[in-house]
Amino acid sequence: MTSFDVIVIGGGHNGLTAATKLAKSGRKVVVLEAADRMGGALRGEEFHPGFHADGLAHVINRLDPEVEDLIKLPSSSAPVTPQTLTAILNETGPAAILEGTYGERLSGVSADEAAAFRRLREKLLFQAGILKRFLKRPPPKIGAIGAGDLAAFASAGFGLIRKGREEGRDFLRMLLMNVADVADEYLTDDRLKGLLSFDATLGIHLGPRSPTSLLGLYYRLTGEAAATASAHTTPGGRAGALAAAFEAAASAAGVMLRTKTAVKRIIADRGTATGVVLHDGEEITAPIIVSAIHPKTTFLDLVDAAEIGTGFVRAVGNIRSKGNVARLDLALDRPPQFTGLTADQHKGRLVIARSIDHVETAFNPAKYGEFSPDPVMEITLPSLHDPRLAPSGAATLSALVQFTPYDLKEGWEAGKPKFEALILDILERHAPGLRATVRASRLMTPKDIETAYNMPGGHWHHGELQADQLLINRPVHAAVGYATPLKGLYLASAGSHPGGGISGLPGLLAARRILAGDRR
Amino acid sequence: MTVDPAIRRGLQGHIATPRFETPFHPRLAALSTTNDWYSWAGYKAPHSVFDSELEYFAIRSTAALFDISPMVKYRIKGPDAERFLNRLTLRDVRKLGVGRVQYTAWCDDHGHVLDDGTLFRLSDQDFRLCCQERHLPWLIDSARGFSVEIAEETEQLAGLALQGPTSFAVLEAAGFSGIEHLRPFQLAMFEHDGGVAVVSRTGFTGDLGYELFVPAGAALSLWDRLWQAGQLLGIQAIGYEALNRARIEAGFIVANADFITAEAALRPDRERLPDEIGLDWLVDVEKPYFNGRDAILEARRKHSLRYILVGLEIYGNIPAEHALVYHRKKKEAGLVTAAIWSPLAKRNIAIATLERPYGDRIADDLWVEIYALREQQYHKLMKRAKVVPRPFVKLDRRSATPPGRF
Repeated sequence: MTSFDVIVIGGGHNGLTAATKLAKSGRKVVVLEAADRMGGALRGEEFHPGFHADGLAHVINRLDPEVEDLIKLPSSSAPVTPQTLTAILNETGPAAILEGTYGERLSGVSADEAAAFRRLREKLLFQAGILKRFLKRPPPKIGAIGAGDLAAFASAGFGLIRKGREEGRDFLRMLLMNVADVADEYLTDDRLKGLLSFDATLGIHLGPRSPTSLLGLYYRLTGEAAATASAHTTPGGRAGALAAAFEAAASAAGVMLRTKTAVKRIIADRGTATGVVLHDGEEITAPIIVSAIHPKTTFLDLVDAAEIGTGFVRAVGNIRSKGNVARLDLALDRPPQFTGLTADQHKGRLVIARSIDHVETAFNPAKYGEFSPDPVMEITLPSLHDPRLAPSGAATLSALVQFTPYDLKEGWEAGKPKFEALILDILERHAPGLRATVRASRLMTPKDIETAYNMPGGHWHHGELQADQLLINRPVHAAVGYATPLKGLYLASAGSHPGGGISGLPGLLAARRILAGDRR
Repeated sequence: MTVDPAIRRGLQGHIATPRFETPFHPRLAALSTTNDWYSWAGYKAPHSVFDSELEYFAIRSTAALFDISPMVKYRIKGPDAERFLNRLTLRDVRKLGVGRVQYTAWCDDHGHVLDDGTLFRLSDQDFRLCCQERHLPWLIDSARGFSVEIAEETEQLAGLALQGPTSFAVLEAAGFSGIEHLRPFQLAMFEHDGGVAVVSRTGFTGDLGYELFVPAGAALSLWDRLWQAGQLLGIQAIGYEALNRARIEAGFIVANADFITAEAALRPDRERLPDEIGLDWLVDVEKPYFNGRDAILEARRKHSLRYILVGLEIYGNIPAEHALVYHRKKKEAGLVTAAIWSPLAKRNIAIATLERPYGDRIADDLWVEIYALREQQYHKLMKRAKVVPRPFVKLDRRSATPPGRF
C-alpha cells in the first residue's frame, strides 16, 4: 500500500492540469491512467499503417491561457499563427470564407451581408464575454454565495450596462433563444446561418431551432486559442504535441504518472474517501482523490453505491450523456481538392452546413435513433499542417459528423457501413475524385468513442452541455463546485463546470478549489 | 387523440373500484354494525366495527383483531439485501438477526424522514419491510449497484394484528404450538392451511400482541382459526379508532399524522429530520454510511434542528386534538398532532411537535389552547401542559416471556 497527498484518476488533459497545479503547490501527486498513454481525448493513434490521427479533439479552440502557461507549451508545438480560417463549403460554387477571430474578415458573401454578420458577431462576442467570467471561476453555490460570486455577478452587471441598458435587455432576451431565430434576425445568407447553426449545436443534442441552442455558440465563442479570443486552431498533429506537453509539464512538476493503471474502485467509509483499489488489487491511499473521468463512471462504477445517497445516485444516473458526433478518419493517396477552395484554404476548418434547414433536418432523425441521409459535418486535413501524419505525398482527413445517434435503431453493426458510405458520398460531392484516393478509413460512432476513451455515452463534454446541466447543475447540484458528497473526493473532468473542449479549466478550477481547502 | 368513451372506460377499470377490499373484508363486513369505513392506502378499512369504546377495551382487557392488510409491504431478497437495507435505513441491519424484527425509519439525502416502519428478517438474504406510504421508486432507485430483488407484496399478503392480554392464549388455543417462546420483536413460521404463516411478536398497541401474515388466499381461514379459538377469550374485531387510542398511549407516531413524510410534504419547512420527530435513537452513527447521514450529523453539529416531538400531559380531561401549544400562554410553540383521554393512564395525554427551544431547553410554562365544541358553542380552554416521557403507558405483560394467559 502506497500513499500520496493526491491521487488523480484519469490522465486526460484535465487530470494532468489538476495534477500539475497541485504538484507545483508542493503536493505529492500520482496520476492513474487506464490506457497505455496519457492524454485522454488528445490521445491520437495510427489508424492505418503510416497514417496517424489526432485524438478526439480535431479543433483546439478553447485552451485557457492560464493552463497554457501552467504547462509551458514548448514553442515547437505552438503554431506560428493560429489557424482561424473557416470555409463553408458549397458544392456548386465558391465557398464563404471566415477569417480572423470568428469571421473578423469575410469573403464570398455580399458587402451588406458581411456588414450584418459583423454586427451579429460583435453582439455575440460581447455577450459571450459577459458569460466568460462565470466560466473561469467555480460555479456559485446556492445557499453559500461568497464574496467572489458577488463580485462576478457585479462585474457581469457592470459589463452589461457599460454599453447601455439596451444591451443589457438584449442580452437577457437572447440568452436562452435558439440560434436559428438569432441568425434569421441578422442574416440573409443561408451559408452563414448554416455555419452558426452548426457551430452552436456541434456535440450537443439540440437542433438550431431547439430552445436554448444559442448557448452552444456562446460557449464556443468564450473559447480561446493561442490567446486570441474566440479563434480556433486546426491542430494537425498539435493535439498529440499538446498531450505530450501536458504530460511533460506534469512530469516536470514532480507528478508520478502511471499508465495501464485502471482504478477498480474508490475506497470510502461513512462519507470520506481515503484511497483507491486498482484492478490488480493494489491499494493506494490519499486524503484527496481527484476524479478527472466522467462523473457517471466515478459515482456509478467506482464508488460503492452503499457509500453515497440514493438521491445523489439518482441524479448522477440521470445526467444526459449520449454522444452526438461521429469521427471519421481517412487515409488518402493525395490531398483532396474541395470545390471552390484555394490550396491554402484547405488548411482551414471546412464545414458542410448549407442552411439552418439543412442542420435542423439533419438533427431530426437523431431524435428517433436514426442518422440523417444528409448529415452536416466539419472537416480538417491534419496532414497539411504536419506531414508526419501521413506518408509522403499522401494525406489524412478528419471529419466530425454531427447528429450521429448513440443508439442506432437498426444497430451500429448494420448501420455503420451504410453511414460510412453515405459520408463518403457527401465528401465525394464536395471534393470530386476523393473516393478513388481513399486507402483506408475509420469511422468511430459515439459507441466506439465510448469504448475507446472510456467515456460513458461517447459524449466529449461528459454530459450534455445544455441549460439544465450547466453552472450550478453541472454535473449535478450536489456535486457542484468540484467537491462531492464524499469528503476528499473531487471532480475535475469536462463533466464539471465549465464543461468540455480542450480548455483545462475544470482541472484548473478543481485544483484551486482543493488548494483553497474549506475556506473557499 | 380521441378514444371511444366505452374503450376509455374499459381502460380505466380501477375507477370502478375506488377502494379495494382487503382479504378479510367478508368477515369484517359481516361483523360490522356501525358500517363505518375509511380509506387506508386505497383499501376499505373499518373506523369502528361495533363500538370503538368497547373495541379499545378489547385491546386492553381481552384480545382484539385488527386487519393490517392495507399496510404497504415490500419483499427484499438477494445477496446484497443486508447491505442495501443498511444503506437505506437508519439502524444497523447487520445487528438484525434472522427471525428478528426492527422498528426503523429511512430518510432522503437531506436527512428528511421518508417513512418509519418495521423490518422483518425472514432469512439471511430475505427481508420484509412494512410501512405506511408507498416507496417502490425510491427502493428501486436505491437498489442501483446492489444485487437485490424488490417486490411489492401488499396485495398478495394478508395481515392481522392480534393484540391484547389474551392474545397469547388465543394463539395457543388456535394451535400455534411453540408460540410461548416468541420474545418481543421475534418472528416464527407456523404451518397454516397448507402454507406458512409468519407470526411476529410485534404490534402498535404497546400491549402483549402479535402480527400474523399469510398469503391472501389463506386469509379467511386464518381469521376463522383465531376467531374460533378466541371465543372464550373475549376476541373482538376492532377498527382504527380503538387502535389509535392504544397507540397514543404507547407513544407511537403515525406517518402523515404526527409528521409529514418527505415525499408527501408540499411545503419546504414541513419535512423532518429523525431528531425532530423523536427518532434520534434510531440513528446509528457507528454503522456504515446510510441515506441522510451527512445531513443528520451536520444538523446535530450545527445545532440547526428546528423541531422536537414530545409527549404532553395536559390538565383536565378534554382531549387536545390539533390544539396549539403556547409558552406563557402567549408565544406559539407548536401543535398537538394526537391526543386522547387515556383510560388506562387516567391522564389527558398528547403527542405534539414543538419548535425548539420549546420542548427542548424551555419545557416549563407550556399551555394548550383547546377549543371544545359543545352544542354549537366553542368552550375555549387554556390548560397547563407538561412534557412527559413516552410511552404514557408501560405494560409488563408486553414483554414478559413466556407471556401470561390472563
